[in-house]
Amino acid sequence: MNYLDLLKLAAPETVVVVTALAVLTVGLTNARASLFCPIVAIIGSALAVAAILKLPTHANLFGGMLVISPLNSLFKIVCLVLALLTIPLISSEKSLRNPGEYIALILLGAVGLMLLVGSEELLMIFIGLELLGLSLYVLAAFDKTDIRSAEAGLKYFLFGSTASAFTLFGISLVYGMSGTTSLALIGQKLTTTTLQPLLAVGIVMTLVGFAFKIAAAPFHLWAPDAYQGAPIPSSAFIASGSKVASFVVLGKIVLVGFGPVHGSADWHAMIAGWSPVLAVLAALSILLGNFVALAQTNLRRLLAYSAVAHGGYTLLGIIAGGRDGFSATLFYTSVYAVTLIGAFAVVGAVRREAGGDDLQNFSGLAARSPFLAACMSIFLLSLAGLPPLAGFFGKFYLFSTAFRAGGNHGLLWLVVLALFGSFISLYYYLIPLKMMFVDSPSEPGSRHSSQMPVRLGLTHRFVANATIALLAAAVLFFGVMPQTLADRIISSLP
Amino acid sequence: MIAWTIYITFAGAIVVLILPRFLASWTALATTLAGFVISAATFFCNSVDLAHFNTIVRVPWFPALGINYHLALDGISLVLILVTGIAAISAVLFSWDVEDRAKEFFFWLLLVVAGSYGVFLSADLFLLFLFYELVIVPKYFLIAIFGSTNKEYGAMKLTLYSFFGGALVFLGIIAAYVSGGSLDLIELSKFQFLPQLQAWAFPVLFLGFAVLAGIWPLHTWAPTGHVAAPTAGSMLLAGIVMKLGAYAALRVAINLFPFGFQIWRPWIAVLAVVGIVYAAAVALRQRDLKFVIGYSSVSHMGFVLLGFATANAIGVSGSVLQIFSHGVIGALLFAVAGRMIYRRTHTRELDALATMDLRHALPFAAFTFVIASAASMGIPGFSGFAAEITILIGAWKSLPLAVWITGVGMVLMAAFTLRALKRAFFDVDVASTTSAPELPPITIPEKLGASLLMFATLAVGLYPKLLLDRIQPAVQAMRFLK
Repeated sequence: MNYLDLLKLAAPETVVVVTALAVLTVGLTNARASLFCPIVAIIGSALAVAAILKLPTHANLFGGMLVISPLNSLFKIVCLVLALLTIPLISSEKSLRNPGEYIALILLGAVGLMLLVGSEELLMIFIGLELLGLSLYVLAAFDKTDIRSAEAGLKYFLFGSTASAFTLFGISLVYGMSGTTSLALIGQKLTTTTLQPLLAVGIVMTLVGFAFKIAAAPFHLWAPDAYQGAPIPSSAFIASGSKVASFVVLGKIVLVGFGPVHGSADWHAMIAGWSPVLAVLAALSILLGNFVALAQTNLRRLLAYSAVAHGGYTLLGIIAGGRDGFSATLFYTSVYAVTLIGAFAVVGAVRREAGGDDLQNFSGLAARSPFLAACMSIFLLSLAGLPPLAGFFGKFYLFSTAFRAGGNHGLLWLVVLALFGSFISLYYYLIPLKMMFVDSPSEPGSRHSSQMPVRLGLTHRFVANATIALLAAAVLFFGVMPQTLADRIISSLP
Repeated sequence: MIAWTIYITFAGAIVVLILPRFLASWTALATTLAGFVISAATFFCNSVDLAHFNTIVRVPWFPALGINYHLALDGISLVLILVTGIAAISAVLFSWDVEDRAKEFFFWLLLVVAGSYGVFLSADLFLLFLFYELVIVPKYFLIAIFGSTNKEYGAMKLTLYSFFGGALVFLGIIAAYVSGGSLDLIELSKFQFLPQLQAWAFPVLFLGFAVLAGIWPLHTWAPTGHVAAPTAGSMLLAGIVMKLGAYAALRVAINLFPFGFQIWRPWIAVLAVVGIVYAAAVALRQRDLKFVIGYSSVSHMGFVLLGFATANAIGVSGSVLQIFSHGVIGALLFAVAGRMIYRRTHTRELDALATMDLRHALPFAAFTFVIASAASMGIPGFSGFAAEITILIGAWKSLPLAVWITGVGMVLMAAFTLRALKRAFFDVDVASTTSAPELPPITIPEKLGASLLMFATLAVGLYPKLLLDRIQPAVQAMRFLK
């Protein structure tokens, strides 16, 4: 293996890194950085997507450090697209003074996502996690004028570094027990060993880091503050790309690496392994996320707690295991990410115009801006799982797979819990809808606004609205034609 | 061709949003009329086989999971589509002068109608559930934006009850799908589910649908929802939406899980009879005219469930007839109470109405309400009688005790209907007012809508064979009767 081959196989990542540096340069030198940086970023990402498409279908470097497979390529593209979609949201944040730096950080975060998705080796996964994490900490704290942003960054950083420490510790234990860091080899080793306590500790510790990334209860405490305080594009990025990549990797680790110690999460028939651990995380997330979301008065906090619950639903697919379960999880999390970016984009637009993102700021939105209200209702109803939107199909796929898994419908308890949770969630998703369509508009500049409304240039507004429209159309499209995405995911799974 | 009812109505909903405001009601009327004409044409076209649930359209939708876009038709669904069309037309006519956010109003209204057509025609569980849930959100907005008394509470309560039912249904559908290996209703109705599965999946699925049909004790959304809704909203609720639950309970829950149905049948009968008597007794004590009618809806829907519980062809056919009949009568009663009276007098309190001498002020309203009350009480010659007597004949064979208790309920029903009729129109408190108050006269659209509904109840009452001939073969073809 010479360096040229390596460079060829790592071309997408390289392109994104170069783009990030180029964006940084443009941002420092050009006076109209806010216009040119996004353009450079889009061109670079398009090149990276092209590079991904040119990759061979299968390759494996250094025992899994860089693996190229249909699944990995597909999700590299998904992550890049998700990262790109957050860039138009920047225009809603006037306080972001250095668009060049900001976009460069998003692109570096995207590299982290691509490394995470593209690796099947514990050390490389850890490096990807850290690269992603470091970019996200800075992105969360980027708004220097807002103390909440600093709080968000600090909280995210403290929790994140603790979780990383746990993960690293877990990885070291797993390495000690199996003698290798490659997922495929770990899987082979574990088939012959029994589940010793030390290994169990290693597995649980490793999972903690991912539970943090996907904001599963009880490791979710950073999420509400980060979602609420961080600049909106950062929140959207944390909630979308980072989550998708984490689910891809989590799925690979437990299904490939820890596959032999699956255990069982069946009711009354639990067997030690990673699946009961994830089942407990899922159950806690569903209950806690949904119940606490009921009490929120800020839409971003509400989305954060609902994200905890959605993380819980998404885990169901991994617990169910197998090709079906994994593809259901991947479909759900991708669609969820698209929906959430859309929701955050609307929140950004409303915040710009009404000066805040409390629920009150949304009252009468249908009269002020029918377009935003219609799109927001598409996003929220999709999150609530109503047909014919993408979230409904995602839930159907996820829950039916979980119901099928295990002997004698053992996961029925989780399915019932998840259905109960989504029933509760309907209430808190209806509240913003009611605010938008039923209530009369609140006075502009009332006491709910924390900052002055911002007027945007025509181009920026057009780009922001076009993005929102595109995302809403995507949510509708994936609801009506789910096979376009689901078939691709299913066929890419080995 | 009948599938076009769905497409036309959805298209109509979009067109309403695009066209200027003054055309909104005309567009809605044209859309609902078109739906009705299509269904009536199919109804009187003898070449259509209505005895079996025959496929009309079947297109693969998501082959990997076995989801098809699959529509089918038999006599039961056709009768329900017919009543949907009738109720929809009259609902549009009775909201002719909606001023505030008219485009939105007709948009939501047409969505409810379109989703209902979809439910009645779906032959795929996924599709059926999709349409079923699609009805709920528009209903929320219809009530919460355009309603009256305590509208946000009523709308939210109704929506949450519906979603609760929806969650149960979702679970039941997943259970049927995973065990039966298909989502196709026609295939599944030939599949033998494991008895253990049926024993728990049937009540989950049945109860989920029955929430929408107003089964006691999960009926409490119905009176508050009806009262809060705008007139057209109550008409659609009583005329169509409650029927969705009853229809789906029969088509999905009972037909897929016959063994579970046999186990739980006595309990359904108990809940149905309690519902009939309890709701009638409660209606007797109401002061608000719309609450009286709201509870009467629950009582009437109890008959539908009782008919299901008989588990014989006569009783079940009677149920379907009752679904049609109550769809028409309920819509008519709400039209009088909500539109003809409330819009003019701004009160629905029976005591207040008693002082207004409405008999002279609004003679047409009085006439309509007399007809509607007679039909609702089960006077021979109207559809209510035909339906309820059929159900009771069916029940006599298998549940004689239930018939006796229901008899009490029917007396109560007559009592509260007569009380409401008397207080609202024919009371002697008139002496306290010197002359009839000046009220705006009944408009032409109102007269047309009321006439359509009165004609429907009378036609079916005088000649129930018209519907029964189409219902009964379809009911007999269902598996649980064999």
